[in-house]
Amino acid sequence: MSEISGFEPVIGLEVHAQLLTNSKIFCGCKVSYGQQPNSLTCPVCLGLPGALPVLNKRAVEFAMRMILATGGTVKNRSVFARKNYFYPDLPKGYQISQYDKPIGQGGKIKFKLENGQEKSCGLTRIHLEEDAGKSLHPEHGEPYTRVDLNRCGTPLIEIVSEPDIRSAEEAYGYLSKLKQILQYLEVCSGDMEKGHLRCDANVSVRPVGQKKFGTRTELKNMNSFKGVEKAINYEIKRQTKLIKSGGTVTQSTLLWDEKKQVAEEMRSKEESKDYRYFPEPDLVNLIVNDAWKEDVSKNLPELPDEKSTRLISDYHIRQYDALVLTDSRALADYYEKVMVDFGDGQAAANWIQTEFLGLLKESKVEIQESKVTPEMISALLAKVKSGELSGKMAKEVFGEMFASGKQAEDIIKDKGLVQLSDESALGTIIDNIISVNPDNLAKYRDGKTNLLGFFVGQVMKETKGQANPQVVNKLLKEKLEG
Amino acid sequence: MSEYKKLSASEISAKVKSRELKAVDIAREAIELAKTDGKKLNAFITICEEKALAQAEAIDKKLENGDAQGDLLGVPVALKDNIIYQDYETTCGSHILDKFKPPYDSTCAKNLINAGAVIIGKTNLDEFAMGSSNENSYYGPVKNPINHKLVPGGSSGGSTAVVAEKIVPIAFGSETGGSVRQPASFCGVLGLKPTYGAISRYGLVAFGSSLDQISPLARNSEDIALAYKVASGRDQMDSTSVAFEHPDYLKELNSSRKFKIGIPKEYFVDGLSDEIEKSVRDVIIFLEKNGHSFTQISLPMTDKAIAVYYIISSAEASANLARFDGVKYGLREGKDKDLLGMYGDTRSAGFGDEVKRRIMLGTYVLSSGYYDAYYIKASKVRELMVRDFEKVFESVDLIISPTTPTTAFKIGEKIDDPLAMYLSDIFTAPANLSGIPAVSLPLGKSSDNLPIGVQFMAPHFSELSLFQISKQLESHNN
Repeated sequence: MSEISGFEPVIGLEVHAQLLTNSKIFCGCKVSYGQQPNSLTCPVCLGLPGALPVLNKRAVEFAMRMILATGGTVKNRSVFARKNYFYPDLPKGYQISQYDKPIGQGGKIKFKLENGQEKSCGLTRIHLEEDAGKSLHPEHGEPYTRVDLNRCGTPLIEIVSEPDIRSAEEAYGYLSKLKQILQYLEVCSGDMEKGHLRCDANVSVRPVGQKKFGTRTELKNMNSFKGVEKAINYEIKRQTKLIKSGGTVTQSTLLWDEKKQVAEEMRSKEESKDYRYFPEPDLVNLIVNDAWKEDVSKNLPELPDEKSTRLISDYHIRQYDALVLTDSRALADYYEKVMVDFGDGQAAANWIQTEFLGLLKESKVEIQESKVTPEMISALLAKVKSGELSGKMAKEVFGEMFASGKQAEDIIKDKGLVQLSDESALGTIIDNIISVNPDNLAKYRDGKTNLLGFFVGQVMKETKGQANPQVVNKLLKEKLEG
Repeated sequence: MSEYKKLSASEISAKVKSRELKAVDIAREAIELAKTDGKKLNAFITICEEKALAQAEAIDKKLENGDAQGDLLGVPVALKDNIIYQDYETTCGSHILDKFKPPYDSTCAKNLINAGAVIIGKTNLDEFAMGSSNENSYYGPVKNPINHKLVPGGSSGGSTAVVAEKIVPIAFGSETGGSVRQPASFCGVLGLKPTYGAISRYGLVAFGSSLDQISPLARNSEDIALAYKVASGRDQMDSTSVAFEHPDYLKELNSSRKFKIGIPKEYFVDGLSDEIEKSVRDVIIFLEKNGHSFTQISLPMTDKAIAVYYIISSAEASANLARFDGVKYGLREGKDKDLLGMYGDTRSAGFGDEVKRRIMLGTYVLSSGYYDAYYIKASKVRELMVRDFEKVFESVDLIISPTTPTTAFKIGEKIDDPLAMYLSDIFTAPANLSGIPAVSLPLGKSSDNLPIGVQFMAPHFSELSLFQISKQLESHNN
């Protein structure tokens, strides 16, 4: 990072999150992805002459959840406004958004960097708006652009941060936490690759110690968190280099090219658009009373930070494990369900992280889609705890369970996997093994105690791996030492 | 004159219900008149013959089975061609909407059909309802039935002319600044601008959304009340529509209620024709003799109304008309050009001069750097006008004024002088800006035999008072 030494980046992020409502923000059309183009449309979202918008209450509630969860203020009165611009995928010629009177103000996002350092970024505002359609630009030599208006009218919230972010890594941390909160609140899928979450970044640099912000540029068109990180780093370096070589940054909008890994100018300030915002006369003011706010607030789910703290105190697990387990609400819920019938919090945490998450990742299965229920894991872990299964056997059983969805009990029966812990039975086997290996017995007694491993191996071989290793160790030591 | 032409809407409905007349015969007669008299006036853009006859037949059939309901059974009505009626083109009098057939119905059309009305045609209008003479139509000017050399007024010139010519007893226009009351006064019929929010705007092609209101025209008080009753009501498709209770208009209409009526000094000013002023003064004397009381009032913001109206309506129009871009429906020009070229060619060819003027004006007043000076300031003055009316209505039930400063003018007379044209809305625009209901009633004729209108304004949702004063004046005229 020596290229940027002496300069400090200042970054603000604007995130658009598509809300997981069943229907669109101003009409009854279904919100769904990957459908036949233009099949999910009606006069309202097509912007046909004479059609009028009617606000979806659920979209308002989702916006309120996010505002309240991030400590912002839900305004009692907010106003929709028309943002005017021409584009083929904007059928009315304006987007219904909120301008000077947004529904949400203030709040903050707390997040952790990789090194564990805690950061906080203020939120300027959260407002409601409608999504535009999609322009499908020419491919395969077609001479025209196609327009799909299915996405038109999908509810969005725009979350605008304060310019509190100081590095691309922080931007990544902010976005990860933002996504996590949106997912916890069940208001957005958070999938950036699919465009359900979109992020524009305002970037400027200034000499370290200078208070005044430098001239900023706006970065668009990043389609992953990594892309955001890379685009910001690219832009920080470009601006710093430019200033160091005596140039000046001009206010402009840049498009990130993922393939070329460069940001290219889309329009400069001189060409900047005048959106001619004015209050949307087709909608009345959005009034949110205190009772409604209270109701939404009361029904907010436990958020990641609170959950993590609670898991540590309820189940006595390590902080790191709590962080991993609260990564998603689904995983944390899963863990807590395992703990309903199982007492060892750390053992369950270990198992879920190493075995379960490993297999999920390997097979690219979402936790909700897994054939393994939490109850099945509790039952399996109980068998390990009681000594019925060794850790190794349990892994084998779990592999089968994951693939087939069968209960541990059935898999154990099918495979004849029963751990031998009975001392007298194991004692007989051990006596036999010692008696056919007199040489090794002698060497052991001469001090070559690492031959214990050889004897354990023999017992395991004889019992097809079903002997309880602790019992075997104990008995072998007693007998070898005479 | 045929029997049909003499009948009011309520008489037709009664006769159809009693099966003295068949709805389908009435519909045929109205359609025939539309094709003959209507054509002479250039009043219709589309005649909805097929659906009208099918609808009328269905009503007759239902009556045979004894289960037809509605206040306008078999009554032929016409809709201004900016009110959507499914299966028929909605042109808004504009080239840019060529061949555009909306795939849905306006709430107004639905309400009318549910009441048994038979929609026989879509009437000519100033393009996108922008104008006061009906000369701004791509489909040519409408003629005033009283004198074909004169304008019928606008923008609802077609709907007004077909009521005046007795092609239909009821028609619907739309108002943004006086587009029903002004032509009503020019053609000698009744025109009601209802309270903002009374009639759903769903399916009315927007001009100035915060001002637009579908507005009925008729030849007598009963019919205008019926038309209003049938078309209005809360609609979940229009967020700005309002729920309210209807009184029994026909019963209440004959009330001999005495009103306290305000005379606003700002409405009797230079530019008002002497003859119109005298007519209004005569009405005041007559009503006073009949027990109504009058008081001088002041509405100080009146002289700002035209400026405020043109800023707000044009600002809203500039956004409302942005959707006509050649991409989705209607006209497309510049097919071989790039996107901007196509937009430019389509909108240049598709819009007429007046529409372009308003789009440019509206775009300008919303532009960065001018927004506060124009749009915001106009919105504030509008708020003051609302308060002016609220204050006045604390002490009076109604306000009386002329509807227009002049009687109907000649076709071509003001077309090159937009400012003179704009001033014909001077007495009507305040009701739109403040959302209150207002009616224009025919007052008889001037010395050159042209109709004169008197306007009454009332507080929000006091349409009944307007119908009652209308009925009392009507009894006098008869």
